[in-house]
Amino acid sequence: MIHARGLVKRFGELVAVDGIDLDVKQGEAFGFLGPNGAGKSSTMRMIGCVSPVSEGTLRILGQDPAEHGPQIRARLGVVPQQDTLDFELTVRENVLIYGRYFGLSRRELKPRIDELLDFVQLTERAGDKVEPLSGGMKRRLTIARSLVNDPDLLLLDEPTTGLDPQARHVVWDRLFRLKQQGKTFVVTTHYMDEAEQLCDRLVVMDHGAIVAEGSPWQLIQRYSTREVVEVRFEDERPQNGVFEGAAERIEELPDRVLLYTRDGDATASAIAERGLPPHSTLIRRSTLEDVFLHLTGRTLVD
Amino acid sequence: MESVLQPLRAYEHWLAQYKRVWRGTIGTSLVNPILYVTALGVGLGTIVDQTQNAPAGVPYLDYVAPGLLAAAAMQTASIESSWPVMGAIKWTRVYYAMIATPLNERDVFVGHQLFVITRIFTSAAAYLVVITAFGAVSSWWGILTVPAAVLIGTAFSTPLAALAAAIEDERTFVTIFRFLIVPMFLFSGTFFPVSQLPLAFELAAYVTPIWHGVELCRMLTLGTVEVGPALGHTAYLLGWTLVGFELARRSYRRRLLG
Repeated sequence: MIHARGLVKRFGELVAVDGIDLDVKQGEAFGFLGPNGAGKSSTMRMIGCVSPVSEGTLRILGQDPAEHGPQIRARLGVVPQQDTLDFELTVRENVLIYGRYFGLSRRELKPRIDELLDFVQLTERAGDKVEPLSGGMKRRLTIARSLVNDPDLLLLDEPTTGLDPQARHVVWDRLFRLKQQGKTFVVTTHYMDEAEQLCDRLVVMDHGAIVAEGSPWQLIQRYSTREVVEVRFEDERPQNGVFEGAAERIEELPDRVLLYTRDGDATASAIAERGLPPHSTLIRRSTLEDVFLHLTGRTLVD
Repeated sequence: MESVLQPLRAYEHWLAQYKRVWRGTIGTSLVNPILYVTALGVGLGTIVDQTQNAPAGVPYLDYVAPGLLAAAAMQTASIESSWPVMGAIKWTRVYYAMIATPLNERDVFVGHQLFVITRIFTSAAAYLVVITAFGAVSSWWGILTVPAAVLIGTAFSTPLAALAAAIEDERTFVTIFRFLIVPMFLFSGTFFPVSQLPLAFELAAYVTPIWHGVELCRMLTLGTVEVGPALGHTAYLLGWTLVGFELARRSYRRRLLG
């Protein structure tokens, strides 16, 4: 569905995407994970055929965006990072007008819109203006709108950023259903749980390049350990080196120490035996967040 | 075929939005000309006519009415092509929704301009009805002031759309209205012949599209059409429209396809 080799996007001097290779197959749920400014959205815009490729090869649905932009876009469904809904129009009109952009007739759109609004649980709000809807409802409406042309490939740029936990779960539930229906989609996110929930395969991007690729599980295996022990100390911190050998990798943060280990219980008791009574100990499974922070660092990116 | 249909699909968006407010704008389109024509054509006109020194040797009402119609087209077009264009990029981001579909940046631009033209057309038609009712139209040629108004409008709306898609700060529009549109409204032959102006300003007036628009509308309502000048004015307005069109196409492309 997507094939990229040496893909580059430049804005003047700035290199936003720095030569990435990519293949997304039919039916796959593919994710771009990365901090802000990593080049995810620039890549998405190139895939969405609204941003010319600076260098390299890009084929979407087998076609070149430079020559067949409109034909490709006719088969894409796009959920942009920022809502582009028309607040003055009603929920139904938003989908209708968007469907008209694809050249669909009002007659074929009518049953389709009913179906889509039902799918995103907005049937009761069909006649309401968009403006007063909650953030989650607007997102769901954007998703319904992106499906109006029955796309072969769905592009979701940070689909749940800014939503409260309930709203996020409703969105995830809908996206999961689309995945079950065999839709191919590409998601960008900086939420690890989102990537774990939705993606079969993902790449971690940093500074415009791909720094890791695999399924969420593979990435955790490769770049982290099975478990992590997080220990906090009240006021007196143990000296450097006392954790030596207690875990495979140790990361000391200002407020706590992370011990990456295969067996969390064993590590926790080992620390206790060394006579270091921590204020609190948390043993948890390793997550994509550990992978992500390991790969892209803890420095704040603005 | 698609290149004709696609702008119409973008146009549908603007119509759907307009559907919510059209009653109000129709009211304004009728009330405004009535106020202007009453105050200037009838009120001021009575005094001007008493001087026996009215411009073009016709009642001042007949002189000023086509000027007002032309100036209104300029204003409607300028307003519709400035804030709404910037809004569709920065505030509602409607343009970005459009280009994610088979529509391209040209369709987005043309679709929006079709709506601007619709607004110019309807308000010019309302203006024509009002000035006709006041008895200020003395020839059947007057009907052509409506397409003339559309051309005046596009001579302003296409370059302004090009600008609106290129700038970041909406305060630029206030500057443009204060230092370009309002002076053009006042000093480009709408209310008095530009020959009354100091020479430098008179020459500047000939460069403005609105002077050509006013002259064109005036010869149409007075029935004093001369083919040469009429074609000249039309060509000049068309020139601004076409240059504006090309500039806007580029400016939209640069802005929307980053």
